[in-house]
Amino acid sequence: MAAQYHHSLRFTPDRCDGCMSCMRACPTAAVRVRNERALKLEDRCIDCGECIKVCHENAIVPLTDQMADLSKFECTVAIPSPALYAQFNEELSPAAILLALKRCGFDDVERLSPACDEVSMATEIFLSGYRGQYPLISAFCPTIVRLVQVKYPDLVNQLLPILSPREISARNAKERKSMETGLPPDRIGAVYITPCPAKIVAILEHPGMSRSYLDTAVSINDLFQTLAGAVSSVREPEAGMQCGETASGMSWAFLGGFPGSLPAENTLSVAGLRNVIRILDDVEKGRLQRYSFIECHACPEGCVGGCLTVENPYVARAKAIKLGQKLPAGPAVARQEVERRYREGRYVMDEPHASRPLRPLDEDISRAIIKMRERDRILSGLPGISCGACGAPSCRAFAEDVVLGEAKQGSCMFFLQRELAERIEDLARLVRLQKSLNGVRQ
Amino acid sequence: MAQEEFESTYEVIGRDFTNAGRASTAIKETLKRLGVNPAVVRRVAIASYEAEMNLVMYALRGRILLKVSPQAVAIEVEDEGPGIDDVDLAMQEGYSTATPEMREMGFGAGMGLPNIKKNADEFEIASEVCKGTRLSIRVNQAA
Repeated sequence: MAAQYHHSLRFTPDRCDGCMSCMRACPTAAVRVRNERALKLEDRCIDCGECIKVCHENAIVPLTDQMADLSKFECTVAIPSPALYAQFNEELSPAAILLALKRCGFDDVERLSPACDEVSMATEIFLSGYRGQYPLISAFCPTIVRLVQVKYPDLVNQLLPILSPREISARNAKERKSMETGLPPDRIGAVYITPCPAKIVAILEHPGMSRSYLDTAVSINDLFQTLAGAVSSVREPEAGMQCGETASGMSWAFLGGFPGSLPAENTLSVAGLRNVIRILDDVEKGRLQRYSFIECHACPEGCVGGCLTVENPYVARAKAIKLGQKLPAGPAVARQEVERRYREGRYVMDEPHASRPLRPLDEDISRAIIKMRERDRILSGLPGISCGACGAPSCRAFAEDVVLGEAKQGSCMFFLQRELAERIEDLARLVRLQKSLNGVRQ
Repeated sequence: MAQEEFESTYEVIGRDFTNAGRASTAIKETLKRLGVNPAVVRRVAIASYEAEMNLVMYALRGRILLKVSPQAVAIEVEDEGPGIDDVDLAMQEGYSTATPEMREMGFGAGMGLPNIKKNADEFEIASEVCKGTRLSIRVNQAA
């Protein structure tokens, strides 16, 4: 039986009008439309958020927290994704946005840039001593981790086992605030200001880690209006661009930014789930071994393309680059210090990444083989145009659903039409027969 | 009870680099849906990809036959093409007849056939010059 998955998206049937947009947008074929309502196949969903982007009815709700939910913490620290800064005019300094975050109700803020620099250096250190299979795959995007666990279970050992900047930043924030306030770290809420819902899954499931240092996440788009209001009321702080965020930290928000510190000839950067899937297919076939590292983002252009942001991803990327030019280059931490912490074991994940392969057609391979033959037989009678009218995203997915007993063959209108035509033909023959019999009787 | 077996055939066209790799991707997907052990899937994926690319690069056309039983995964590749002059030589690591353009695409390290053999539990190859090549491999599923 499949394990229980945590998810960060909820489908609300009341608001769904069954338009099938989400079913067509889903890169992992995790959506079906039954009785004019979209429903999610929990074991297939990897929380990429493509469905949120295309839903016109707001029927898909991200399970991020609202500001009001944060009252359960005695003290809250906001840790903004660098994608947050790219939502605003690039003249506005991160210092002003950080100040505005405090006005919105956070007790304190933690800058992500130092943690980004720590992770870049820790990755270099890890790679220099790594003797396993190449390429290593970045594990900072939770959707990528889930994709590998579900679709590429044999590649889990190639996920880079280094903590993400947001985790390191949360740990730093908790340690600092605990010292300052005297509160135990678990009563301090570390809140990620997130561009996507997938971070919620990473907090709940903490893959590769025995725990997450983050407590929850609030989405950029939920916060945006309040924050924009607060921003307009704060005076530009003197610190301005010298506020602890750096260009190297900003670069984590978009494609190609992070591996900037790694040797370029050995690195690939890929964004957009369909592109990542093509690359991982190649990795699984033993290609791309000459690359030591692949940076993978589920969203187009990276975190700036997250489904819970407000700015267009390409505009946000341009803004992030411009802002980076104004910020100190970085790094914001000393290499020696990172080496020391690395030796203390503060960067390498403490658990292996588990795989969670999709449930096969049957747990018993002999029965799976029979079902696969049946699937192909059904598939050969389908039109092959993947029209979606049956409520499955492709004829192949539909044939599988039929074999698994989750859909009826008659849901395919082409199949039904052919069936009915045959029945009508049968009926016509019977009518003719009856007439001729009547004729004999007379 | 009769031995359960699943079979599927994939047609491959020589020099069709746009679609090159699709057959091995489809094979990989099928094996995953059948619940074949991930390590076996990976070995078959590597071997079938190398075989598919050999076919695309050298042959006119051909087909890949996948056979899955609870005991093993078998791949049979048959092509119409120039064949291999000296099979023993072709099996040596580092030996390659790849053209500069194939090398441009990252092939031609002379590891194709040795890599297929390395990932297979059983390996057979037969070739006839000016006619074609027949390759069959078997990867056993752990009992």
